[in-house]
Amino acid sequence: MKRTLANFLTAAITVAILVALNAGMNYVEANSRFHAGYAIRVLMLALINVIAAVSLNLVNGFTGQFSLGHAVFFGIGAYAGAAFTVFAQKPLFGHILSSSDVVSWSHGGIVLLAAMLVGGLAAALAGFIVGLPSLKLRGDYLAIVTLGFNFIVVVVINSLDVIGGAAGFTGTSRGDTPVNIPALTSFFWVALVAITVIVLSINLRRSVHGLAFESIREDEIAAEAMGIPTTRYKVTAFVLAAFLAGVAGAMYVHYNGSVATPSLDFTASVNIVVMVVLGGLGSVSGSVVGAIILTVLPEALRNISPDADKYRLVVYSVLLIILMLLRPQGIFGRDEIGAVWFRKQINGTVTLPRRSLTWLTNVLQRRQRRGGSA
Amino acid sequence: MQDQLHHFLQQLVFGLGVGSIYALIALGYTMVYGVLRLINFAHGDVYMVGAYISLLLARYIYAHHAGSPSGEVFAICLVASMLGCGILGVVIERLAYRPLRKAPRLASLITAIGVSLLIENFCNLPGVFGSSPQTSPNLLPGNHVAYTVQGIVIERNYLVLFVATLILLVTLWYVVTRTRLGRAMRAVSFDNDAASLMGVNTNAVITFTFFVGSALAGAAGCLFSGMVQNSIFPYFGIMPGVKAFVAAVLGGIGNIPGAAVGGFLMGLAEVLVVSYGPRFHIPPTYSDAMAFAILIVVLLVKPTGLFGKGVVEKV
Repeated sequence: MKRTLANFLTAAITVAILVALNAGMNYVEANSRFHAGYAIRVLMLALINVIAAVSLNLVNGFTGQFSLGHAVFFGIGAYAGAAFTVFAQKPLFGHILSSSDVVSWSHGGIVLLAAMLVGGLAAALAGFIVGLPSLKLRGDYLAIVTLGFNFIVVVVINSLDVIGGAAGFTGTSRGDTPVNIPALTSFFWVALVAITVIVLSINLRRSVHGLAFESIREDEIAAEAMGIPTTRYKVTAFVLAAFLAGVAGAMYVHYNGSVATPSLDFTASVNIVVMVVLGGLGSVSGSVVGAIILTVLPEALRNISPDADKYRLVVYSVLLIILMLLRPQGIFGRDEIGAVWFRKQINGTVTLPRRSLTWLTNVLQRRQRRGGSA
Repeated sequence: MQDQLHHFLQQLVFGLGVGSIYALIALGYTMVYGVLRLINFAHGDVYMVGAYISLLLARYIYAHHAGSPSGEVFAICLVASMLGCGILGVVIERLAYRPLRKAPRLASLITAIGVSLLIENFCNLPGVFGSSPQTSPNLLPGNHVAYTVQGIVIERNYLVLFVATLILLVTLWYVVTRTRLGRAMRAVSFDNDAASLMGVNTNAVITFTFFVGSALAGAAGCLFSGMVQNSIFPYFGIMPGVKAFVAAVLGGIGNIPGAAVGGFLMGLAEVLVVSYGPRFHIPPTYSDAMAFAILIVVLLVKPTGLFGKGVVEKV
């Protein structure tokens, strides 16, 4: 009871801080003479990428499956969310929001939440359709099926004119009036969802379900032999990750105002994978740091010279190779940032703190009492 | 009816032409996977480099030696592409894959993606190949002369492409099944550790495998730029690379004849979708997607591919 209250308070304080930050950011964006708008845009994209990377970490990091098509779920979420606000807003919410409207906070929030839900569910459905059959495959084969799925979705979207085809989706028009994708995503929502997803991931990792995910990563056959329904857990991880990526996509499209296939093609998928790998497969904090680095670094390199974009990609791929050769476990390995990680960096090894040992025994005992099912 | 048959046979001819390229690239994928269990993502880009080597060399020859298209030029370009790509493949293996041989497979897979990105983006730089699409000059005289057999048009360049592919395939088959090195290769692919205990120099075999696989991709690049003469650009290797990988999976990855058959089937399937798809309201652009649809069906129905052997997992 005490813990519930404490958790509730933490959540309330977080929301309050985010509301304050959001207001402050709006003020700075409106009044700053420096390029605050650009910095804020990079921050928003970084947070959206954080959501995508943390969600992919559920599959590639925790569960040890190698998905190479995560951007597809991001993209499906973006397209579905945008299609929802563009086509269904008027019948459902009475009037149309457009990007030029000053959106009332509550109304915009409700529409955005609905769009996020639609985007997330569409992506989750896609994740289920791909995941159910293909998760019987292992390793490279799964990677290649997800990659193939990625190519298929891009080709299909490029040929669908109702959502813009190859030119990208920016909205539709009703008679002569254009109906644009409204800019509903504010810092508040992105940060709130990012924090929620991070907390959810960390809690999941500590839970019995998280242990089941990790047991599949460590040894699928052994996990199966211990009575863990591996296929079900793999599909669960896949669908959950797809849902979260879809939510990120819906937020992205309502921030950016448009979406086109480059944000969900194979390169985009590789980009998310690199974020997760850079931070350390299986580490939530690693995914967060990886996503931030790989969003900010290209922007920083972009400003060096006009032709820098081409050189940036070269530098980027060299960095990736060097990283893999020198530190294949990524920045954090599987650890979370925190006391344990720092101690490990200093001492080289680490002894489990007493608390986590008792915690582990407790979990095992609880499981035994329940008859050993995970 | 006669028309229908003609049309179909004509498509078969095109399909075999396209399939030749896929078959040559797929062989490299399957050989490398056989010895290292690694998807060499950079393979499609090696193919791209092969196409550029042939193109640039042909231009150089015509510019500086006042040559005209001849069998000699074709042979020089083909050999240069094969050698250049073979060396590139060996360098990639030595620098990027060998240090990671004992690391988790995921690390080498990501490195392979990194190498692929590096080659593409490096070649895209203004001083290297540049980003604008280019078309190779003719390598053989009368490249587009068409023969008509029973009403079916066969262009000479497609014929050269197909015959050259067959010669390379037979050579490869001979090397793999009839030579000491080939036997060593099969031994490594069967069981790396056991082979090394029997005195096979596995490192040398792996180097050789990369050389041969990449040289075949180089040949495919030369044949594509010099015979098909579509425009090439630094990123054009991605799609054929991925499709050839699908072809290798279709034939059963690790299986050399399977890769060749898979490549030809892939080419046929693609051409048939372009040609017959519109009758079923499938736009021609879906031919790219169709390759992956085939892949997904194969993996779900028979994950080991057409000719692959099932692997029993030991605990």
